[in-house]
Amino acid sequence: MLVTQQEQLRAQVTTLVDRLGPGRSSLVPILQEVKTQYHGIDSDAMQIVADLLDIHPVEVYSVATFYAFLNPAAEGQFVVRLCRTVSCDLAGKDAIARQLESELDVAFGETSKDGRFTLDWANCMGMCDQGPALLVNDRVYTRVTPETVREIVAECRAAHDGHAAERKEGYLV
Amino acid sequence: MTDDQRNEEKAPRIPTSQVGSTVPVSDNPEAIGALVSVTIDGIETKVPFGMTVLDAARTVGVDIPTLCNHPDLKVAGVCRMCVVDIEGQRTLQAACVYPITNTLTVSTHTRRVRKARRHVLELLLSEHYGECYSCVRNGNCELQALAEEYGISEFTFGHPEKSRFAPDLSSYSVMRDMDKCIRCRRCVRTCIDLQEVGVLEAINRSDETVIATFEDLPLGDVVCINCGQCVNRCPTGALYAKDETDAVWAAIDDPTKHVVIQTAPAPRAAMGELFGLEPGTPVTFEMNTALRRAGFDRVFDTNFTADLTIIEEGTELIQRLYGALVTGDKDVALPQFTSCSPGWVKYLEHFYPEYLPNASTAKSPQQMFGALIKTYYAGKLDIDPASIVSCALMPCSAKKFECNRPEMHDSGFKDVDFGLTTRELGKMFKEAGLHLPSLPKSDFDDPFGTATGSGVIFGATGGVMEAALRTVLELITGEKVESIYDHGDIVPLRGFEGVKYAEITVPKVGPVPAIIAHLVPDWNWVDGATLKVAVAHGTANAKKVMDDIKAGGKFSECHFIEFMACPGGCLGGGGQPIPTTPEIRAARARAIYSEDSAYAVRKSHENAAVLATYAEFLTDGPCGHKSHELLHTEYTARGKYIPQR
Amino acid sequence: MSIQTQGNTLTFASIDADAGLRTALAMSRPDIIDTVSDSGMKGRGGAGFPTGMKWNFAGAEKGDKKYIICNADEGEPGTFKDRVILSEFPDLVFAGMAIAGRAIGAAEGIVYLRGEYSYLRSHLNAVIKKRRAAGLLGKDVGGVKGFDFDIIVALGAGAYICGEETALIESLEGFRGEPRNRPPFPVVAGYRYAPTVVNNVETLASAACIFAKGVDWFKSFGTDRSTGFKLFSISGDCAKPGVYEFPFGITVADLLKEVGGENAKAVQIGGASGTCVPRTQFARRMAFEDIPTGGSVIVFGPQTDMLAVAENFLEFFADESCGQCTPCRVGNAKMLAAAGQLKDGVCSAEYLAELRELSGTMQVASKCGLGQTSSNAFMSILEHFGDEIMSRPAQAETARTSA
Repeated sequence: MLVTQQEQLRAQVTTLVDRLGPGRSSLVPILQEVKTQYHGIDSDAMQIVADLLDIHPVEVYSVATFYAFLNPAAEGQFVVRLCRTVSCDLAGKDAIARQLESELDVAFGETSKDGRFTLDWANCMGMCDQGPALLVNDRVYTRVTPETVREIVAECRAAHDGHAAERKEGYLV
Repeated sequence: MTDDQRNEEKAPRIPTSQVGSTVPVSDNPEAIGALVSVTIDGIETKVPFGMTVLDAARTVGVDIPTLCNHPDLKVAGVCRMCVVDIEGQRTLQAACVYPITNTLTVSTHTRRVRKARRHVLELLLSEHYGECYSCVRNGNCELQALAEEYGISEFTFGHPEKSRFAPDLSSYSVMRDMDKCIRCRRCVRTCIDLQEVGVLEAINRSDETVIATFEDLPLGDVVCINCGQCVNRCPTGALYAKDETDAVWAAIDDPTKHVVIQTAPAPRAAMGELFGLEPGTPVTFEMNTALRRAGFDRVFDTNFTADLTIIEEGTELIQRLYGALVTGDKDVALPQFTSCSPGWVKYLEHFYPEYLPNASTAKSPQQMFGALIKTYYAGKLDIDPASIVSCALMPCSAKKFECNRPEMHDSGFKDVDFGLTTRELGKMFKEAGLHLPSLPKSDFDDPFGTATGSGVIFGATGGVMEAALRTVLELITGEKVESIYDHGDIVPLRGFEGVKYAEITVPKVGPVPAIIAHLVPDWNWVDGATLKVAVAHGTANAKKVMDDIKAGGKFSECHFIEFMACPGGCLGGGGQPIPTTPEIRAARARAIYSEDSAYAVRKSHENAAVLATYAEFLTDGPCGHKSHELLHTEYTARGKYIPQR
Repeated sequence: MSIQTQGNTLTFASIDADAGLRTALAMSRPDIIDTVSDSGMKGRGGAGFPTGMKWNFAGAEKGDKKYIICNADEGEPGTFKDRVILSEFPDLVFAGMAIAGRAIGAAEGIVYLRGEYSYLRSHLNAVIKKRRAAGLLGKDVGGVKGFDFDIIVALGAGAYICGEETALIESLEGFRGEPRNRPPFPVVAGYRYAPTVVNNVETLASAACIFAKGVDWFKSFGTDRSTGFKLFSISGDCAKPGVYEFPFGITVADLLKEVGGENAKAVQIGGASGTCVPRTQFARRMAFEDIPTGGSVIVFGPQTDMLAVAENFLEFFADESCGQCTPCRVGNAKMLAAAGQLKDGVCSAEYLAELRELSGTMQVASKCGLGQTSSNAFMSILEHFGDEIMSRPAQAETARTSA
C-alpha cells in the first residue's frame, strides 16, 4: 500500500474507532468496512488496524482468516457466492455453477484475470425456499437460472461507479 | 471473574479460549461454603469452591491426562483429552476447565471416557506427519507418551503419508514443523498471553486451522524475539530450537581447531534433568568433566564475564547518575536497563525503540567473553584467533540470534561462533556415552576459571540486579554489603513476582575505589540518596514496566531496571530442559542461590581474574576506550512494522 | 419488502407489538419473568432452553451492566424463518428485546445479524430509529422512568458457528468465533463477562406476543411440553416451500400434506444438525417431546440420492467447524472423507463401524453443539438408507471382500 493510501486508511480507521469504540469489539466491523472499501485487507491495513486497536497484527490476521467474508486476500469488485447447501443443491445449483464459471472465466475460489469478479461458494444463505441462491456483495438473488446469471453478470460488467450490489440495500427477485 | 473484569469498557484482550474460567476460589477454610464435597472415582473429598475437576483429582492422586493444559498458561479446553464423566451431564466435560461449584460425582475412566481419549489420540495421529525415530522430541513428547499410555496400536483413522507443510527454518533460534502440530494453542497462549510478544496465532478455521505468523511470514521476518518460551511449552516436535551440534562436532573433530566453551549458571542447575536427576540438582563440575571428555579444549565459566559485566554496567550506571545528578547532562537516559538478555534486547528494539538509549551499552556476558577469547586469551596463549571456535552453553535460544548479530565481530572475527542450548549439550553428552551424574567433578580452566557468587545468580530473575547492587553499594559506602543485608543476600530482589521494586537509601559514603577513581571525584552527591530499582521477568512484565515509564509513572523514576525476557529469568530460558513448570523453575532457583551462598567470594569487584584482566588488558579501566571497543555494543531500532515479503 | 413467497398466515401478523411492550412494562420485573416461565416457552432457535429460566438466571445476577442479544445468525441449513420475521415483523423482535431488557435489568440490546442478511441492516436500523422517535427505545422506554434500553445491529461475517451463543459473543468481542468453555454460561458471564441473555429472533418476537395476548392464549397452541405456535421453514422437494406456522405436535405426514411433499422418501428436521426421518416414521410429531426442532424441514423426494445429501451436510460442517477442538476439527474431516469413500465404493464395513464409534465420541466429547451433532445426519442416513448406499456396485464389492 502506498504511503498516501496508508494515511488515508489510518484516518478512516481512526474515525471508525472513534465511532465504534477503542476496544477489540470494534475489530470485526472495522475489518468489514476496510474489506468493502479496498476489496481486500492487505498487510499494511491489518497493521494499521492492529496499531489503532492496540492488538497484535497476527491477531487481526487470525480473526480475518477465520471469517469467510473477511478473507484478507484481494478480491474482485464483485464477490459472487453461490449457495451449495442441500436445498439449493436439490434446486439445481450445479448448472448455475457451470454457468458462472463459464461467464466469468474463473474457477471457484479464484478471482478473474481482470480483477473484477471473485467466485466462491457460500454455505446456506437462508434462501432455501427459493434456490438456487446467489450473493453478489451485499445483494441476494434467488431462483437463479442460467439465463438470469447471464443478466446479472452483464449488469455487473456494465456498472462503472455504483451498482445495486455495492453497498446499497439489495432486494430479492 | 472479578467485578473489575466484568463491565470493562474495553472488551477483554484475550479470547476466552485462552482465559481461565474458574470462579474465584476462596482459600479461607473457615468461610461458609468455601469447601465443596466432590466424589472422584469413588474417592470422597472436599475442595475449595471453584477448583477445577483436574486440580481436584490431583489432590486425591487421580491423574487425568492433558495436552493443551499447562501450569503456566491460562486454560483452553480444546484438546478434549481430559474429558471426564460427570453424573447427570449428557456430554463429557473437560476436567481442566470445569469449575466445581456444587457437589459432583466424577468418573475419570468410564467406557465412553476411555473411548473418547483414544479417539482424540487417533485423530491427532491422523494429522501428525513424521516418525518418532527421527524427531527431536523422541522420548520426551507428550503425544508419544499418551499414545503409549493408551495403548494406541494402529492408525484407525489413517496417518499422513506426506508432509503438508514446509518447515520454517528462517529464524536463528526457533524452528517450526507444522506437520507435527496438534493445535493445542499452547504456543499461542505463550506468545500472546504469557509473553505479550504476539507472533503466533491460529489462522483459518476447520481442519485448515494452522498456527502461523502474521501473513504466514517466516518466523525470522516477524517480531519474534527468539525467547523460545513457545518451544519450552510445545508438547510435540512442532517447535524446536535450532540444533548446531553437528557443526560443533565437526569443530571438535578438526585437529586444527581450538574449541573452547563457556558455561552459564542456569544450564548447570538444570542439565541434570536431562539425565533423570531432580530439578535443582547442580551438576556444574560433572559438566566440566563431560565437556572435556566430549572434546572441548577449554571449559570456561561465563560467571567470569558476568562479573565483568557488573563492573562495566555498574560503572556505566554511575556515569549516568553522575551526569544526571551532578553535571546536569540533559542527554542522560535514565532509568538504565540491563542488556544481557538478547530476547529482551530484541523486544526493546521492536516495541520501544525510542528507549534504546536507556539500554546499557554493555554486552551480555556471553558476548563479552567471545570478544575477550579471540583477543586477550588468544594473545595469552599465542594462538591464532582464526583457529578458535568459541562456543557458549546457555539456557537460551536467543543467544543463537545474538551471536549472529552483525556488530558482534569486535575481536576481528565472529566473537562467539555457537550459542548452544542446555538441550544440545545434553544430546552431545548422550551421543558420546557420557552419563553426567556418574562423572567425577573437575574445575573450570584458567585464566577465566575464577568466578564469584554474584556471577552465579545471573541465572535467576533479580540476580543481575542483586549482583550489581552488591558491588555498587560496596563501592559507594566502602562497607561490606553484609552490613546492610544479611549474608549479602538482597532478598527483596529475589522470587518470581512479575515486577519487583525496591528503594535502597545509601546509608553513608566512603572513598572512591581506585578502579573508577578517574570517573568521579567523590561520592558526596549520592550520600543519603535513594536508589530506586526494579526487576521484571517475562516480556509481559517488561511491557507493564515500559508502558508505565512511557506514561511517566513510578518506574520512570527508577535508576536501574533489570529486564529478562524469560519467566523466571535465564533459568526458564528457551534452551532449558523441557518441560518447564513453576515448581521446576523454583527448584532451579534454589540451586542457583545455594551455589551462590557456597562461594567464598561473592562480589564481582572482588573477582581476582577480572581485576587482572583490567590490569593486563583493559588498561584504561571500566568503560574506557578498550572496554568500549570490545565489551560494549550498539542496538538497532527495528520497530514493530512487519514488511511484506 | 415481501420475501415470504409461500406459506400460510402467521400469527405474528396480527399482534400489536407495542401493546405487548406496554403490558410488560406495567409489570414488576419478577412478574415479567414469571409470565414467560408460566407460558412454558422454550427457545425457538433449536436448543429449546426454557426462556423464563434463562431470563431468571440473568435477572438474578448482580451487576449494573447486562445485555440482551438477539441471535439473528440463522445459519442452520434449511432455516430461513428469522429472515422473514426480521423483514416483516421487526417491531415484535425489538419489543421482545425491550421486554427482556426490562426483565433482567439490561440497558443494551444487540442484534447479531448474519453477514448473508446484510441487506436487511438498513431496514432494521430504520425501524430502530422510528422506535426511538416514538419513545419505545432510548431513554425512559415506554414512559417508564429510569428504564433506558437501546439496540444496535452488529453484522456477522460468514461463520455458521457464530450461531452458537458463546461463539456469537466471542465474535462481538472481536475474536474468532470459537465457543467458550461452559460453565460459566452467558447468563452469568456473557458479553464482556457481564450477564447476557442470548435469544433467537423468533423467541423474542414470541415473547412480545405472550404479553400482547396473554399466557393462556399462548398455551392454547401446541402441546403440554411444547407450548405455543412455531414457525417452520420448509424447503426441498415440495410443491409449496416457504415459511409456515404450525402448532407444536403436528406430525410429519400432516406437515408434508400441507406443503405438497407427500411422496417424500425422507425429511431432515432441525437442519443439518437435526434428525433425518425416513418415510416409515412420518407419524412422528414435531415437538420437544418427540422430534425437537428449530423448525427447519427439508423434504427429500423419492429420487434423492441420500448419500449425496449426507455428503452435502458433512461438507457444510467440515467447512464451518471452528477448528479448536480435536473431535470436531478432525472428526468432521474423517466423516466427510468416508462419505466420499462410500461414493467411490471403497469404504469397508469395519471402517464404518469405527466411524459409528467416532460419531459417539463426537457427540459427547466435542466442545460445542456443532461437533456434538454434525455426524448425526450421516449416521442416521446410513442406518435408514444403508441398503441404498451399500448396494452401489463398487461399495457392495468392498463390503463383501472386507467382511
